[in-house]
Amino acid sequence: MVGIVGYGASLPRYRIRVEEIARAWGADALAFRQGLMLEEKAVAGPDEDTVTFAVESARRALARAGIRPEDIGAVYVGSESHPYAVKPSGTIVAEAIGVTPFVHTASFEFACKAGTEAIFVAAGLVESGRIRYGLAVGADTSQGAPGDPLEYATAAGGAAFIMGREGLVATLDAECSFMTDTPDFWRRAHERYPSHGGRFTGDPAYFRHTIGAARALLAKTGLRPADIRYAVFHQPNGKFPRRAGELLGFTEEQLAPGLLSPWIGNAYSASSPLGLCAALDVARPGERILLVSYGSGAGSDAFLFTVTERISTVRAAAPLVRDLLTAGREYLDYTTYARFRGKIQKGA
Amino acid sequence: MMKPASVWRVLAQRYRHEAAQCTSCDKILFPPRRVCPHCRGTAFRKVRLCDRGRIITYTIQHVSAPAFADQTPFAVGIIETDDGVRLMAQIVDFPPEKLRTGERVRLAFRRIQADGDSGVIAYGHKAVPE
Amino acid sequence: MREVAVLGVGMVRFGELWDRSLRDLFTEAALAAIADAGVDHVDSLYVGCMSSGLFNGQEHLGVLMADSLGVSSIPATRVESACASGGVAVRQGFMEVAAGFSEIVLVGGVEKMTDLSTPEATYALSAAADQEWEAFHGVTFPGLYALIARAHMERYGTTRRQLAAVAVKNHANGAKNPHAQFRRPISIEAVLNSQMVADPLRVLDCSPISDGAAAAVLGSVELARKLGRHPVVKVTGSGQATDTMALHDRRNITELAAVASAGQRAYAMAGRRPGEIDFAEVHDCFTIAEICIIEALGFVEQGRGGPATEAGETALQGRIPINPSGGLKAKGHPVGATGVAQLHEAVLQLRGKAGERQVPNARIGLIQNMGGSGGSCVVHILETE
Repeated sequence: MVGIVGYGASLPRYRIRVEEIARAWGADALAFRQGLMLEEKAVAGPDEDTVTFAVESARRALARAGIRPEDIGAVYVGSESHPYAVKPSGTIVAEAIGVTPFVHTASFEFACKAGTEAIFVAAGLVESGRIRYGLAVGADTSQGAPGDPLEYATAAGGAAFIMGREGLVATLDAECSFMTDTPDFWRRAHERYPSHGGRFTGDPAYFRHTIGAARALLAKTGLRPADIRYAVFHQPNGKFPRRAGELLGFTEEQLAPGLLSPWIGNAYSASSPLGLCAALDVARPGERILLVSYGSGAGSDAFLFTVTERISTVRAAAPLVRDLLTAGREYLDYTTYARFRGKIQKGA
Repeated sequence: MMKPASVWRVLAQRYRHEAAQCTSCDKILFPPRRVCPHCRGTAFRKVRLCDRGRIITYTIQHVSAPAFADQTPFAVGIIETDDGVRLMAQIVDFPPEKLRTGERVRLAFRRIQADGDSGVIAYGHKAVPE
Repeated sequence: MREVAVLGVGMVRFGELWDRSLRDLFTEAALAAIADAGVDHVDSLYVGCMSSGLFNGQEHLGVLMADSLGVSSIPATRVESACASGGVAVRQGFMEVAAGFSEIVLVGGVEKMTDLSTPEATYALSAAADQEWEAFHGVTFPGLYALIARAHMERYGTTRRQLAAVAVKNHANGAKNPHAQFRRPISIEAVLNSQMVADPLRVLDCSPISDGAAAAVLGSVELARKLGRHPVVKVTGSGQATDTMALHDRRNITELAAVASAGQRAYAMAGRRPGEIDFAEVHDCFTIAEICIIEALGFVEQGRGGPATEAGETALQGRIPINPSGGLKAKGHPVGATGVAQLHEAVLQLRGKAGERQVPNARIGLIQNMGGSGGSCVVHILETE
């Protein structure tokens, strides 16, 4: 049986409230808060990027896995904000955790689902026997154009999973990918900010793929929502995952632990992976977790996990997501936010 | 100097705090050296530093060299790890009133500097509240 | 080893000297020293300069300066020890005469810093620190001394006002020095309110960026007498020492061990004790540096540098006048020139030619030059015959 051996999350300490962004642009804060069901988002500091979130979350996953770094055979990092366009983030992560040189690495990109792509591939390599353990990371420091509605949600963070066959904290029981060519949100090379299709990003994009993957997975496994303890969906805002859950027949209570977006915004490739970490933080042995990611362009990866006994013994080896949500939290004004995110630069 | 080779040469120290323990006197040297300054020994074993420690002294830089001009003001200081080794690091994520000599810290992986927009990025560690 | 005397000294007033280049500055100071010495040739020269490579894109300074002086063919050597470059050049010249290698040696120091912007100059100066393990993290020179300051304040209770008192004293002295960059007195409040550079050090706790040069001609005491120098100013002690490169590797960051060692070596050679010194020119690159230095040289008890300064013990009329020239703070600090400018002041004092800032009955003087955050130090003791 393949599954998760260790998991770890990483969040910046900075936040900015939806109200503060609206104030900067003279927009209607209440409309955005209610419309998007977002309160605030996590902002990367000037010295943080996809790689730093990836390394911190990978180190935490290692702490829970309790394995030798050298036994990791692959390091995959999924992001849409890799610091280098050419030079994989995985080389830096692998070097930082001490797994080089006998390791395979690649950078993944598929908008917000690049993290679960890494999980998909790492799990496959473990299953085929080609590697003993695989590290899969989703991390991002996403960016929205100044004043664009995306700006209210684009956030930062990282989540890492070590996939293997031994010492599992959760078994991976089934997976299903659902993907089509759907141009809902994209960024052309050399453009600084992404573009999107407005309302086109809803039903034909997010919902079609998320629901499509989830329904196929449920059919494949013969399970109903009531058989699953927690459901975690990709979270571009607070509204879409709730509606996806509702359409599939999940309750608010099943979504609650994994629904982080109202407090951290959309962490892109780390979005649903962070939700998975939060669900793993509270799930009890024997309980099932459904994870459905979504990446624009478009596709969803759906996974079904069952938590094992081992999880209780390793949870405390790294910070819980709920502690990362509040620890040392500092709120920024828009000017400092713009400065941190390079939207305004000295002398430029 | 942010030349690719010079950044690469010290990755083991910057990324993993690889240090050298003198086999004659057991003192830990960071970064590793060819000669132990304590006993002049020249044989070492590889060790990694503990990632926890405390602030020995610190300052807040308001004026900096060009590479850090957009980071000022920032705190930087001498950290002593729990294995008794001293090193220099920026100190971040501390609310101003908590930044004091003796405070406990953890060494977190962060971006230290980059050679402009097209050059190499140098990563390393900064001290954050434990 | 034979006894060495300073035959002559010369310097350029320090400041932002836009119209003069690196070679102009050195040549002007050298010619003044040669004229003051009354010699018609030199056998060799040493030029102290920290970083003409980074400041001016120019290396091979020995050749450049010998050429500029019209003395190409003599041996000429560039000496580098960060901010102690000038002092070490003096020591090299001293040793060459003492050992009998040469009869007349010109030692000079120069730095031309103002062609660079302040951030560029900050980077160049940071080369005196450990590039990979200190400067890499963003710490600057004021930053390193700020670390020393905080540690000293926490250990000994040294106060911000006591640090400021160093700057106030040195500006008061500099006001009396026609060669000083800054010739206006300043107040404690002005120091305490100046812009923060690296907490707790403010702009007025820091020596300035300057252009300038100083030079001296060294020869045997016998030659000095023959030339009719009066009084003969002898170099009776010379000591040089190093400490670890990185501040975090120091045994005790509140003590400048290289200063103590270099001082002890110079005192031993001269057969003198700290209490016998009539005045000293020390390396006050930052106010805290002067406090730590006077402790290391044994002029005050360890940890008491702040209160001693505040009480006026190091003022011109005090028990042990420190930096009668105005020090680096008011006189200026063209890095490589400083060590030789300290020699210039000591000679003027010992000759009784220091005008308004004359230390009464000056017979034995000490000069101390330091590099980086205290990694190198050179001390000389001079006496009238």
